[in-house]
Amino acid sequence: MKEFALIFRLNDIADFKPSPEQMQERMNWLAGIVAQNKLVDKGNTLLPTPGSAQTVKPGNVVTDGPFTEIKEFVVGFVVVRTADIDEAVALAKENPIFKIGGSIEVREVLKQA
Amino acid sequence: MDQPKVHTELLPHLFRQEYARMTALLCRHFGLEHIELAEDIASDTFLRASENWALHGIPDNPAAWLYTVAKNKTKDHLRRLSNFEHRVKDSIRQDEALSEPDIEIDSKIIEDSQLAMIFAVCDPLIASESQICLALQVLCGFSVEEIANAFLAKKETIKKRLHRARADLRSGKFQLNALQESAITSRLDTVLKTLYLLFNEGYFSKSGSQLIRRELCAEAVRLTLLLTGHPSTNTSQVQALLALMCYQSSRLEARLNASGEVILFEDQDRQLWDQSLIDRGNFHLVNACNGEEASKYHLEAAIAYWHTTPTGKNKWEQILPLYTQLLQLAYSPVTALNRAFAYAKVYGNQAAISAVHNLNLTENTYYHALLGNLYTGIDKGKAMEQYKAAIQLSTSPVERHTLLQEMGRVAGSDL
Repeated sequence: MKEFALIFRLNDIADFKPSPEQMQERMNWLAGIVAQNKLVDKGNTLLPTPGSAQTVKPGNVVTDGPFTEIKEFVVGFVVVRTADIDEAVALAKENPIFKIGGSIEVREVLKQA
Repeated sequence: MDQPKVHTELLPHLFRQEYARMTALLCRHFGLEHIELAEDIASDTFLRASENWALHGIPDNPAAWLYTVAKNKTKDHLRRLSNFEHRVKDSIRQDEALSEPDIEIDSKIIEDSQLAMIFAVCDPLIASESQICLALQVLCGFSVEEIANAFLAKKETIKKRLHRARADLRSGKFQLNALQESAITSRLDTVLKTLYLLFNEGYFSKSGSQLIRRELCAEAVRLTLLLTGHPSTNTSQVQALLALMCYQSSRLEARLNASGEVILFEDQDRQLWDQSLIDRGNFHLVNACNGEEASKYHLEAAIAYWHTTPTGKNKWEQILPLYTQLLQLAYSPVTALNRAFAYAKVYGNQAAISAVHNLNLTENTYYHALLGNLYTGIDKGKAMEQYKAAIQLSTSPVERHTLLQEMGRVAGSDL
């Protein structure tokens, strides 16, 4: 089995605070993965709001948030365990984030030998 | 509010909720060896309430009223006790005689003493069937008669079970006022098992009464929720158990018809499933996932998840490996038979029949019921024969009725 990080991105900061229904949809999606025994890490939500997000760059440059330059910003991740990337992609496709124009990057986690 | 409702509605409800809490709180004060005294004071308090409220109406805050009365009764008792002691000893020490030990009452202390009481009741040395009786009595405020009704057992039988268990509880000297980490570690498994059995006792109750079922399940959920409220008892297994209970509870209304007969899963009206409980189950299932090895409760919760998802696609393909894992973790005949049923759903009845025969659980009702089910549509004679064997072994009227119906279905079929 391999492990894949599913990295969630949004376009619009207004979509970050979900409605109770949206939260429930996400939870139901995640529960489906747990019920297949495929969730490795339920990960974290990363706050993109001012005061919670800064980017540090070379030359002692610190900018506010990730949103000034990058159009899509990361809002969180989870780690799943599947046989291959196709299966991980299939899990990602069921996520409700696409209803609000978000995207999911699927990346294999390098396992240290 | 109409006065008669004091007796018929509010009081029994409050009694369940508060009697057990009050007893736990008072035990924290007196020590478990004096549990009878605590129960007497709690009962007296409710007696006072039923008399007083019927005459004067229900107070604004009934729970606060009850605790004030209980507190005063406790003070009276301690004063009498100390007066007596002083007279006997003939040594008057005014300061002690007059100082009234104060019982602290706030919601945190009430909750803490309930939590500690759960751990006191779940002594690994007490046999599990006695433990459930004890839990129902001490933690849930059920009377001996109510427990007997729930188990379809004689009152005498329940009394005997309780007598022994209570003796163990008194002599166990479990410290209620400070629940130790070591006690949590050594007893949490037993606590979970007891709550799991308590829930199942309700869910698969021999009693046909929907009210009893609902109450037992609700009590198990309430006590499990109490565990989640405390950092050191809110483990991933507790979350998984709670998820399982939520999923199962969501189908409680759909599982029985108006006359208390079991409605099989396939025939249930899904509109009656409680979506808010399914959602809560999902929440707790996700909370239960912490990357550690899946426990029995994790696996059972995952199986229950697949039974509550609306799509149901590939349901049995998902469930079969979960049962296989469960079987490896903790073998039980029921799990083996459940796995065989899932196997039949994935690979067909014919393939499953020989696997079931290999289990050779000929004394088990469900073994024959399952074979009856699998032979249906393949061999009518064998199906009837198996259902008959199951009916003969069954001790539950509700179950027998369901099996008779199934057999009737087979008898009426063409093949």
